[in-house]
Amino acid sequence: MFDGIKRRVVSLWFPRLASERVLRQRPIDGPFALTFKQNNANRIYCLNQAAAQQGLHPGMPYADARAFCPNLQSRTAEPEQDFRFLRALCRWATRYCPWVGTEGADGLVMDVAGSTHLFGGEPPMLADMRMHLMRAGLSVQIGCADTRGAAWALAHYDEGIAPSGDMLAALKYLPVAGLRIDEDMSIALQRLGLRSIGDLANAARAPLTRRFGPGLLLRLDQALGAQPEQISPDADPPHYAVRITLPEPIGLLADVMAGTERLLSKLCAKLKAQEMGARKLCLTLRRVDQDQQLVELRLARPLRDPKRILSLFERGLSEIDAGFGIDQLRLEATQVDAVPIQQISHVSDGREDRLDDLISRLGTRIGLENIHRFLPADSHIPERSFIIAPAAYSEPAAGWSSLNPRPLILFPPEPISASGSRPPARFRWRRMPLTTGRATGPERIAPEWWLGDENWRSGLRDYWRVETREGRRLWLFYTPQNPGWFVQGEFA
Amino acid sequence: MFAFMLATRLSGGAMWIRENWETSQINPAGFADFTNPSRLIRCITQNQTETLAVAEEALRSGAVSLVIMQLSQPVGLTEGRRLQLAARDGDATGLAIIPEGMGSNAVETRWRCTPVFDPQTGAEDSTLQRWELIKNKSGTLDVWHVRWDKASRRFFVVPPPRK
Repeated sequence: MFDGIKRRVVSLWFPRLASERVLRQRPIDGPFALTFKQNNANRIYCLNQAAAQQGLHPGMPYADARAFCPNLQSRTAEPEQDFRFLRALCRWATRYCPWVGTEGADGLVMDVAGSTHLFGGEPPMLADMRMHLMRAGLSVQIGCADTRGAAWALAHYDEGIAPSGDMLAALKYLPVAGLRIDEDMSIALQRLGLRSIGDLANAARAPLTRRFGPGLLLRLDQALGAQPEQISPDADPPHYAVRITLPEPIGLLADVMAGTERLLSKLCAKLKAQEMGARKLCLTLRRVDQDQQLVELRLARPLRDPKRILSLFERGLSEIDAGFGIDQLRLEATQVDAVPIQQISHVSDGREDRLDDLISRLGTRIGLENIHRFLPADSHIPERSFIIAPAAYSEPAAGWSSLNPRPLILFPPEPISASGSRPPARFRWRRMPLTTGRATGPERIAPEWWLGDENWRSGLRDYWRVETREGRRLWLFYTPQNPGWFVQGEFA
Repeated sequence: MFAFMLATRLSGGAMWIRENWETSQINPAGFADFTNPSRLIRCITQNQTETLAVAEEALRSGAVSLVIMQLSQPVGLTEGRRLQLAARDGDATGLAIIPEGMGSNAVETRWRCTPVFDPQTGAEDSTLQRWELIKNKSGTLDVWHVRWDKASRRFFVVPPPRK
């Protein structure tokens, strides 16, 4: 009777993944280690074979390691990069079977059932993997068994292929740590005298569950095949890049625009499917002479409308030098933001969109960070009664109110020569002799002591609104704690 | 002042363009009485060429109804004409704040605004201004004295103060 295809699982363990990733880029002879900072101390994260032979081990303080091994070379660890490297390995492993998942931070697990015959059986397949990985400079331990747990145990403790069928026979002599349990539990089991998986499988189950919880026996059952366990191949994060390669080079602006339009419609369909919008786009034009031209576009708001984006590309594209022609276009959304699908209603008009497009267009010329919007802030200090925010990353806000009249124009305080706490009758400001016609005030503003502002070191300020006979209406202040008069603004 | 009063009259958004070396800046708490600060967008440019380019782009787009640029050097005929055409395309108004005596011949109108001391009114509403129309391509020159009324958010033409 046909009872389905037996599952076969291959587990790959890269014991020195992090250090070998770094060494691939820059080979170093001799002991090498990666360090990471933990609790204010540098510790060893991963090391190579030569360093391990010197007696170093992961987790030991870096200072001790240097003492043991003076010629140790080191670098800081980058777990983020290691993870990306593992993802790349995961993609590579799909050449053996489509069902590949990651196992922890340094392993891969793949369900090879039904694909081994393509490589001539399991041993040639594993040998092929080993050869490729060795050529890539990675040391690997491979286990192959019927279940994920058993393959993991083999990869970590006894490399090899377990014959299909009885998993217990293959795992009998492996230590209990091969069951993917934490260290405390495995030490506790060894103290009970249960050193190997065979011992554990023969022990009574009820007392074990009482003593260690259900997790231990679950792991055992998973390894022996009594409990199912899935391998979930994680999908790659969506990649927002499209490209087009042309049989003949193009050079006319209209042609490049047409090519870009094609790319955009593809990219925007992708963005729409993910409910995302592009914030930053990068168009790479490869010329026939292998030179590359880059056009970057930063948008004032996340967009996925090909027509609108295309019109914004016009300026950047008109500036590129096509040389002898362009034969490849690549468009990538380097920064994306979520844009949920929205109900279109009759009340919204195109005004906002036009303003955003304008900000995007101006942003390509003067930089998006140079286009600002004013937002109200809760402070009595005139300079801090508003916030200047980049218009592309903020929404207009309401709530402007001021109890006392404020000048239209503010400038850094400009000293004038005067004395006394009443506004001077005559003074010179910006080389203009001025006569006070009417003065209103004072309005006392105290510095915000919780913010150490250099400009307010002189203490309290008594603000006066001074109307001069010459016409100008100025905003003067007097600092009683450090006597002096300053002009800070001008009214309408 | 003239700029903000103009912004009050025009319904759409406004854009203020200035160069980065300028230390004085407009104070939103101050002009909140004239126009809503959230409708105003401020651009900072490297030099006058950029200012003019940004102004042209903004005028042509029609997304804002008023573009105010702070200029420090005289504007040539070509640039002035280009701005004018852009403003016509976008149905927007462009206003350049220029130093005395640096006006371009391409402009439609040129105004000189000076605040005037007004001894009669109280301190609260002393907003008297003298607006001189010193160049007008399609009309005559004139002088007005205006006063801003905070409550009704309008300006009134008033008789000139007696000497």
